[in-house]
Amino acid sequence: MKALVAVKRVVDYNVKVRAKADGSDVDLNNVKMAINPFCEIAVEEAVRLKEAGTVTEIVAVSVGEANCQEQIRTALALGADRGVHVEVEGKAEPLTIAKLLKGVIAQESPDLVIMGKQSIDGDNNQTGQMLGALTGMGQGTFASAISIADGAVEVVREVDGGLQTLSLTLPAIITTDLRLNEPRYASLPNIMKAKKKPLDTLTPEQLSVSVGTHVSQLGVTPPPERAAGIKVEDVGQLVDKLKNEAKVI
Amino acid sequence: MKTLVVAEHDNASLKTATLNAVAAAQAMGGDIDIVVAGAACDAVATAAAQLPGVNKVVCADNAAYEHQLAENVSLLIAELGEGYDNILAASTPNGKNIMPRVAALLDVGQISDIIAVEGADTFKRPIYAGNVIATVQSLDSKKVITVRTTAFDAGAAEGGNATVEACAAVHDAGVSQFIREEVAVSDRPELTSASVVISGGRGMQNGDNFSLLEGIADKLNAAIGASRAAVDAGFVPNDYQVGQTGKIVAPDLYIAVGISGAIQHLAGMKDSKVIVAINKDEDAPIFQVADYGLVADLFEALPELEAAI
Repeated sequence: MKALVAVKRVVDYNVKVRAKADGSDVDLNNVKMAINPFCEIAVEEAVRLKEAGTVTEIVAVSVGEANCQEQIRTALALGADRGVHVEVEGKAEPLTIAKLLKGVIAQESPDLVIMGKQSIDGDNNQTGQMLGALTGMGQGTFASAISIADGAVEVVREVDGGLQTLSLTLPAIITTDLRLNEPRYASLPNIMKAKKKPLDTLTPEQLSVSVGTHVSQLGVTPPPERAAGIKVEDVGQLVDKLKNEAKVI
Repeated sequence: MKTLVVAEHDNASLKTATLNAVAAAQAMGGDIDIVVAGAACDAVATAAAQLPGVNKVVCADNAAYEHQLAENVSLLIAELGEGYDNILAASTPNGKNIMPRVAALLDVGQISDIIAVEGADTFKRPIYAGNVIATVQSLDSKKVITVRTTAFDAGAAEGGNATVEACAAVHDAGVSQFIREEVAVSDRPELTSASVVISGGRGMQNGDNFSLLEGIADKLNAAIGASRAAVDAGFVPNDYQVGQTGKIVAPDLYIAVGISGAIQHLAGMKDSKVIVAINKDEDAPIFQVADYGLVADLFEALPELEAAI
């Protein structure tokens, strides 16, 4: 069984992003970049399925500029077998990424597609679902556990109030939530080995996808600041403030 | 302009999140219809028809929609959506699951989690865990949008008189099947709509200690939440998580106990009206957003607080 894992290059989750002075976009100059945390969980899940003997080959794919090959290499160091880079200029929208991934799926015919539920830059939470619509595959979004048997994948999903379990016919798309697994660290030997693993580059033209714009970003602003609060001395003063000043209890 | 709002429900009752989505639809202007996709969901359609400002409720009652399977429901909404300029849903796990699929079926972009309507095609939405607010313009003739419920106040639940129209369209994609659901039953208010929320973090040390929050929650009729650290450590179930990738809350009062205040957690609660932080580390970032900070050992402060309110 072949697994396709999508990974995205994003700002490291520890970075507190700020708007540029002209308000056109966020300032990403000299900011640490990393593999999106949810994508890392996706890679880890595929690697565990391979270790369990369910998956035989893992293809890591990323849509982005040339530098996203670093994140493909990270996925290869974590255990993916080969990489596919779909090179696009600038920020690609979720629908465009989904169309490009559909093109890669047409070439690779994976049995399972695993990707993050959202990227921590755009916070869209769209691409997996869109890919499901375009390919007609079932989707197990916000997955906290998966198991594969008899041509189907059983997915435990994090939903309002608890957990929902679905069974999806393969091929299917899984989007990962935080509790699916705890990703490993890449070992130095594996990082070295990853440099020699195959990595192909494709263009949108080769996948017959035209890169369109559906949503235009007019600008960004900092969120409203909260006025500085006060420290209270003890519980008595806290309750007094909540009752008589804030009037919320 | 015509807007279709996708109802959030459990086949028995209409969820408040629908009212928030209707409020966003009203901010956009034009006629509003609601679609209820479910099974044996008459009561939901009847409740939706009571919402003021709603023209028509389309009720698609079929076993294929019983569990809100995205593969089936998205086909229905995409078909119904042909006749609308905007399709809106609340940004709940369900809305997030279905709406991108609807957008892709219609070959349009989707705008997630709007917090303000700036014009017919222009919206504000948080990105980068709410560290910046983006103003975005849709270039599509049809807009598919999810609405951050905490940003749009729910209107009245009664007073309207919409017609209810049955929709016989059955879409069963046949690729997904519901197996089971384990939903916690709680007498407490829902986390996302409670007026008071008390959350515990890693400082709670274990799941049993969350009982210290329960007594206070009972007295304040509060919902109980948690930081990612507390959920990851297994103290409480995943649906307690407040944050960038968990639930977004904006209650009148948010009490953060033993939570350091990582930006991912702040993204989920910093729009609360009043924030209280109780933490023994006086340098914890949570104090930077707290209106009232108490530097104290939570194991001493919580029993005192319960007794004092």
